[in-house]
Amino acid sequence: MSREEFRALVAGSATGELLNLTAPLSLWGGLDPDTGLIIDRSHPELGQSMTGAIVTMPFGRGSSSSSSVLAEALRLGTGPAGFILDLPDSILVIGSLVANRLYGTVCPIVVGRLPSGSTGRWVIDQDQVIPMPGSGSGPAA
Amino acid sequence: MLLSDQDRAMLTGRSGEAVRTAMELLIAVAESEEAPALLDISAAHIDGGLYHGEAGLDFARGLVDGGGRVVVPTTLNVSSLDLLHPELYRGDPATAKAARALMEAYVAMGCAPTWTCAPYQLVSRPGPGDQIAWGESNAIVFANSVLGARTARYGDFLDICCALTGRAPATGLHTDEGRRATLLVDLEVPDRMLDDDLFYPALGHALGEIAGAEVAVITGLDGRAGEDRLKSLGAAAASSGAVAMFHVAGVTPEARTVAAATHHRAPSRQVTLGIPDLIRARESLNHGEGPLGAISVGTPHFSVHELDHLGRMVAGKVSKVPFYVNTSRDVLDEFEHTGSIAAIEAFGATIVTDTCTYITPIMGDVDGRVMTNSAKWAFYAPGNLGVGVVFAGLEACVSSAVSGRVEIGEVW
Repeated sequence: MSREEFRALVAGSATGELLNLTAPLSLWGGLDPDTGLIIDRSHPELGQSMTGAIVTMPFGRGSSSSSSVLAEALRLGTGPAGFILDLPDSILVIGSLVANRLYGTVCPIVVGRLPSGSTGRWVIDQDQVIPMPGSGSGPAA
Repeated sequence: MLLSDQDRAMLTGRSGEAVRTAMELLIAVAESEEAPALLDISAAHIDGGLYHGEAGLDFARGLVDGGGRVVVPTTLNVSSLDLLHPELYRGDPATAKAARALMEAYVAMGCAPTWTCAPYQLVSRPGPGDQIAWGESNAIVFANSVLGARTARYGDFLDICCALTGRAPATGLHTDEGRRATLLVDLEVPDRMLDDDLFYPALGHALGEIAGAEVAVITGLDGRAGEDRLKSLGAAAASSGAVAMFHVAGVTPEARTVAAATHHRAPSRQVTLGIPDLIRARESLNHGEGPLGAISVGTPHFSVHELDHLGRMVAGKVSKVPFYVNTSRDVLDEFEHTGSIAAIEAFGATIVTDTCTYITPIMGDVDGRVMTNSAKWAFYAPGNLGVGVVFAGLEACVSSAVSGRVEIGEVW
């Protein structure tokens, strides 16, 4: 199990396939809330879907409209299951909190680092982040 | 977290449901940031009036219904519509109606209908040391870096929570420590580069990629880095990175020297930027192939000085392609009394206010690439509008408009 330390920015539980973003993303201009797809033409993960994923990202970049885009994606059911960030990001935090208030959606956000090479299905549960059986970290540990 | 008596009173709902909601959200965010307390703010700038879907409208209407009224002077960022030139909107009427309702909700809460991404160009703007809560990434970086005011990166929703309560988390860029430069960026470029407008957004684009969310201090610039150039630098850095503040040694208010910006401590990183880095940044902002389809300038909104400069540049000329100039209603109003607006109109340019060409359907189907002098526009338009982009200086934009072909001219 992971010995990494995590801190919950937005509390909650979620399970999903990891989507590891290798560069910061601005959700505004970067995520299409109608489809859940990454649309930033300069982003390495262009075209991938955030829907239902546990998204790992160094930090949120760019526009302050990203909170609205996250809330809208969560309303439409195209949003991610949760976020694991290297650095805290209040723009994503407020987007998740407002969607929860308006629509009862749950999108936990934790700060901390997964071991490099982590893949598969993972669970965020408050300030714990754990792999599902068969998932894990590193190349064939 | 330490709450004041007033903070606690707002949580009881005595000041209305909207204030209670705003304070609850504000505390949740402040706790996620491990802020020790909240502090008073003297102004706010709200990005939430730009329509991204029903969630934004549901939230704003809930606050209006809960009796929400801003308690500090509050300006509004660009919206989805140009209320002065409504005929420019080519999008879906249902979206326009919802966007209009969103704008009305924020005005109903007492926000000033300024509709600009450049609130620092308004007559009344914050000054050094003022604690404020601003949304809009380019405005945030300008407020911190150039005005010396203090704001964190406020996202949609949180900005209005601050305006309704007059409070903000006492952490990050609101504190001395959060404003300390940890990254030293040494510029090694020929002196003539500092006279070129295009150099500044290209530098900003490179800075954002290097700095990420760090506060940098840049050396090698001088007084030629005026407000319009620092605006384009900051807007680019806040697009390619999460830059909310930068210092320019000898130029910006908290960086009389490098040591002042780093608070006399050693920076944790040092990077040298030269011509190859800037060329790479400039070239990476071009996108796609094809003929010249249109031109868009004024992202962030053109200042009076930039409009005047454009007016003198286009006098007696006519554009062969659609040419858009984005600015604010206040700047346009000020500029109309100065005269050279006629030259811009005779040139055939379309002046867009209250919104911007890369966030709302104004340009329609563009046949070819769009030329712009804005790194921010170049960065977001391919994803937002699906267009190709040519990133070039204002003079190249004007000469290309006149010939109807992409003409870059001589560039570093």
